[in-house]
Amino acid sequence: MPSLKDLRNRIASVKATQKITKAMQMVAAAKLRRAQQAAEAARPFAERMNAVLANLAGAFDGRPDAPALLAGTGKSDVHLLVVCTAERGLCGAFNSSIARLARDTANRLIAEGKQVKILCVGRKGADQLRRLFADKIVEVIEFKSVKQIGYDHADGVGKKILTMFEAGQFDVATLFFSRFKSVISQVPTAQRLIPAEIPADAKKSAGAGAIYECEPSEEEILLDLLPRNVSTQVFRALLENAASEQGSRMSAMDSATRNAGEMIKKLTTTYNRSRQAMITKELIEIISGAEAV
Amino acid sequence: MAEAFKFELVSPARLVLSEEVSQVVVPGLEGDFTMLNGHSPFMTTVRPGVVEVTSASGKVSKIFVRGGFADASPSGLTILAEQAIPVEELKADVIAREIKDAEEDVADAKTDEARRVAREKLDQLRSVLGAARSTAH
Repeated sequence: MPSLKDLRNRIASVKATQKITKAMQMVAAAKLRRAQQAAEAARPFAERMNAVLANLAGAFDGRPDAPALLAGTGKSDVHLLVVCTAERGLCGAFNSSIARLARDTANRLIAEGKQVKILCVGRKGADQLRRLFADKIVEVIEFKSVKQIGYDHADGVGKKILTMFEAGQFDVATLFFSRFKSVISQVPTAQRLIPAEIPADAKKSAGAGAIYECEPSEEEILLDLLPRNVSTQVFRALLENAASEQGSRMSAMDSATRNAGEMIKKLTTTYNRSRQAMITKELIEIISGAEAV
Repeated sequence: MAEAFKFELVSPARLVLSEEVSQVVVPGLEGDFTMLNGHSPFMTTVRPGVVEVTSASGKVSKIFVRGGFADASPSGLTILAEQAIPVEELKADVIAREIKDAEEDVADAKTDEARRVAREKLDQLRSVLGAARSTAH
């Protein structure tokens, strides 16, 4: 049985924790709004990019001279997993669920006899994957000091991936991130980055596309476009991730605040009980003392 | 007055401009061209430069774009640019910094081809700086 003083200290400490989690929740809510806006603002660019890409890619369907970024290298021996996670923890299962998806994929590929390389964007994912795949991580990119993800950051990552691809270091690249569905639901997603994946809905609308006149040639435009597409996809993943992270943190902190509230209630009840018991005990002692005289 | 058509300028971060316009001058890779309503489907890459937009009401706005491409379809013109900044907001020092980067690229270029590409970019940026100065004063 803890003493009254111990109980008082416990209650004070849980109250302090509750204040912190409450504050974190509110900060996450404010950041979430901004992140969500940024993710939505980036959507038109990615959508148009897909539409144009689908338009142009249709012309190369099944042709042997299609660019490697579109058609792949023709084999799938070496896989690059680009794992995008957050820089900070305390956001529920956000980082773990992305890392788990990447881990499962990596294990499956290894079981199939493929070679796996991992590029981590964000410290937390690297921390989790390092335990199992320390020898497979080629690089860790951290955005610790970055407040708002800009296109330049994504472009840097995209360029790095492209340089590796051009050097023939991998055949297939897959991007892992968390798609933001709502504050309480973020879906860890794997998206094929190289060879480019043309969404089915973009393909449909492209069918109605007119015959384009191109300047310079279609091939040159496509060659210019595909590297850009890699950066755009990375950018979109990073923005979705930012929104997911804040959403995940918000709900995690919300339940932490609630838990702390419950704990305070329980501790207060115990505190009151033992205080009353003590008073009763003292009274009994006084009365029985008086009776004895 | 030419008939209006839909024009959209999109950068990765946001939809910069979406309105009815009567004409747009685009700095295409193989030369500037003016888009009017009813242009045949056309696609081109855009070099760094200034897009001049004449809105349906006759207002002219100039926007600096860098890296991207223009897509003219029957439904309108769309420019996807890696970077799009209205010329009024364009600071000479921002371009100066880009020029410095480009100069470094030229110096770092290992092959002749890369050097030629980098130098081309540098020349384009210099012309943009000129454009920004002439509108600023």
